[in-house]
Amino acid sequence: MKTLLKVESLSKHYEGRRGLVGRLTGAPHTVVRAVNDVSFSVERGEILGLIGESGCGKSTLGRAILRLHEPTAGRVMFDSKEVTALDAPALKALRRRMQIIFQDPYASLNPRRTVAQIVGLPLRLHGLASSEAEARAITARICERVGLKANQLDRYPHQFSGGQRQRIGIARALVSNPEFIVCDEPVSALDVSIQAQIIALLLELKREMGLTYLFISHDISVIGYLADRVAVMYLGEIVEMGPVEAILARPRHPYTQSLMSAVPKVEASGRRARIRLTGDLPSPLHPPAGCKFHTRCPLALDICRSTAPLRETVGEGHIAACHRLGEDISLLEDGAA
Amino acid sequence: MSAPLLDVRGLRTVFETRAGTVCAVDGVDVSVHRGECLGIVGESGSGKSVTFASVMGLVKSPGRIEAGTILLDGCDLRGLTPKQMRAVRGKDIAMTMQDALTALNPALTVGEQIAEVFDAHDYTLPRRGSARARAIRDKSAEMLGLVGIPSAESRLRQYPHEFSGGMRQRIMIAIALACRPKLLIADEPTTALDVTIQAQVLELITEIRARLGMSVVLITHDLGVVAEHCDRVMVMYAGQVIEEGPTAEVIAQPQHPYTRGLLASIPRPALRGQPIRPIEGQVPDLIGLPPQCRFYSRCPLHRDACLAPVAMRSAGPNRRVRCILSGEPVE
Repeated sequence: MKTLLKVESLSKHYEGRRGLVGRLTGAPHTVVRAVNDVSFSVERGEILGLIGESGCGKSTLGRAILRLHEPTAGRVMFDSKEVTALDAPALKALRRRMQIIFQDPYASLNPRRTVAQIVGLPLRLHGLASSEAEARAITARICERVGLKANQLDRYPHQFSGGQRQRIGIARALVSNPEFIVCDEPVSALDVSIQAQIIALLLELKREMGLTYLFISHDISVIGYLADRVAVMYLGEIVEMGPVEAILARPRHPYTQSLMSAVPKVEASGRRARIRLTGDLPSPLHPPAGCKFHTRCPLALDICRSTAPLRETVGEGHIAACHRLGEDISLLEDGAA
Repeated sequence: MSAPLLDVRGLRTVFETRAGTVCAVDGVDVSVHRGECLGIVGESGSGKSVTFASVMGLVKSPGRIEAGTILLDGCDLRGLTPKQMRAVRGKDIAMTMQDALTALNPALTVGEQIAEVFDAHDYTLPRRGSARARAIRDKSAEMLGLVGIPSAESRLRQYPHEFSGGMRQRIMIAIALACRPKLLIADEPTTALDVTIQAQVLELITEIRARLGMSVVLITHDLGVVAEHCDRVMVMYAGQVIEEGPTAEVIAQPQHPYTRGLLASIPRPALRGQPIRPIEGQVPDLIGLPPQCRFYSRCPLHRDACLAPVAMRSAGPNRRVRCILSGEPVE
């Protein structure tokens, strides 16, 4: 397979505002390291699942790849073009090929535009239709494909349910015939039965159009169902990454293990012993020193509090960053998820 | 079995809108036994929250309860005056809301919000003066400790925005449990939370339930949560109960096509490579519903007989289902 997207040491830091005293005394900015030194690649035709809790930086990473947020450091290569080095016109041209589907189907559609206008906008921006009639025809075709009816094209977003709005967002992302799509929690805001419809649709479209997805989710069941590979993020860093079968069968990082243990499962009726993570996610303004997970990790040692662990290869295409990988400890009683 | 703690019969709650009358809850029967945890599962608009808002007497105009009886410990809550209802609400029966940030008052400290409950309902406290204030403060701190918030004394003086999402949900639980209610209604207590925090909050509810011997109604859309925490489950669809029974049985052998569809819709790693089978279509509009089976338009098994009204049928001990293809009619 051919590598479509390559991310090298990508970081996105946000500088906090300083008060008057801070500015006068030249105090350093407080820095939130939302994404810190992240590297991975995505093969053409693959689904890479990106999983983590809120505030771990997974959405920021997705947007930094498309330069919707300008990265602070690092490189993004898309089909051997350096995205991070492009000027504005070249970036605009490349955006036809890389698109995004947003999480919130209520906030991501302009309430004053009709479906035809929303979905047809990329055609106009990239000059993909020679006439209004052609643009309308292409729009109608893609809308029908994602499950909207022809008579709904001139309606406004508020006239649709959440699931149908997500279909509009999908049509907008697909109308320019892209190759790569960042799916930023596309099903998190939907009811179970509607969620299944949208997942089925995304998988069909991927097959038909030969798409590649970066699929961001906090739900390990969704990722486990559809992704080929998984990357697990915690406080701006990838702590474990590998083929989905390997990670589901034998997660190596204690955070991945506790994440899997925390998900309530339908099959396992009755109560199970869980790995109990105490406390909340630390503030990314003041991340812990050493391994960032040590404040909640049941296995933390002294070295974890002082030194950040390096990424190690633990299997084919499977990496993890933890000081205690060598001891091969499993916190999960039954291994399988 | 002894009489249930909460016994709701034939509840019908409607909302008048410009487009017509929305029948959000239509003929719902619920019983909650002492010490049990009942799960209520359904998608948005299924009526699960409105059912329990009705029980709590929280349905306000343009909504109203049109029919039904609501018995709590044998006392008819619908017959109470607003003042009498206030004495019950928060004392015998309490509810936590889905979104803790909007449910808590941002202008009052957490301590003041917990104190309100004791001030309104606790008659064992000293009548007035600093002794009363001190007693309330001690009890409030004890509640924060009970729900696992460390350094309770100092955190009582903080405002809701100073707490994380999981901590706010704990504060809501502390407020709800302040007067040791017989019944706690938890409306989507973990929907807004991350999975690791969700696990903490659900463990907390289960642990406190065992310790205080109260009954819990857990409203959720997550069948996994129900499978792990509830003794019995009720599945709701478009304002009606469509299936109920012991959790393990309902999940292992769902009888209603909707329950089966819901279970088949959950993506899980075990189904990798197999196509997912979603329920097609959407929940029907609740205005002017025809009397037929409400799942008719989405049901893969529908037939002409489904166009008549469908009553709940018995499907074995403690199991009921609203589908003509399963179970036996009940008298």
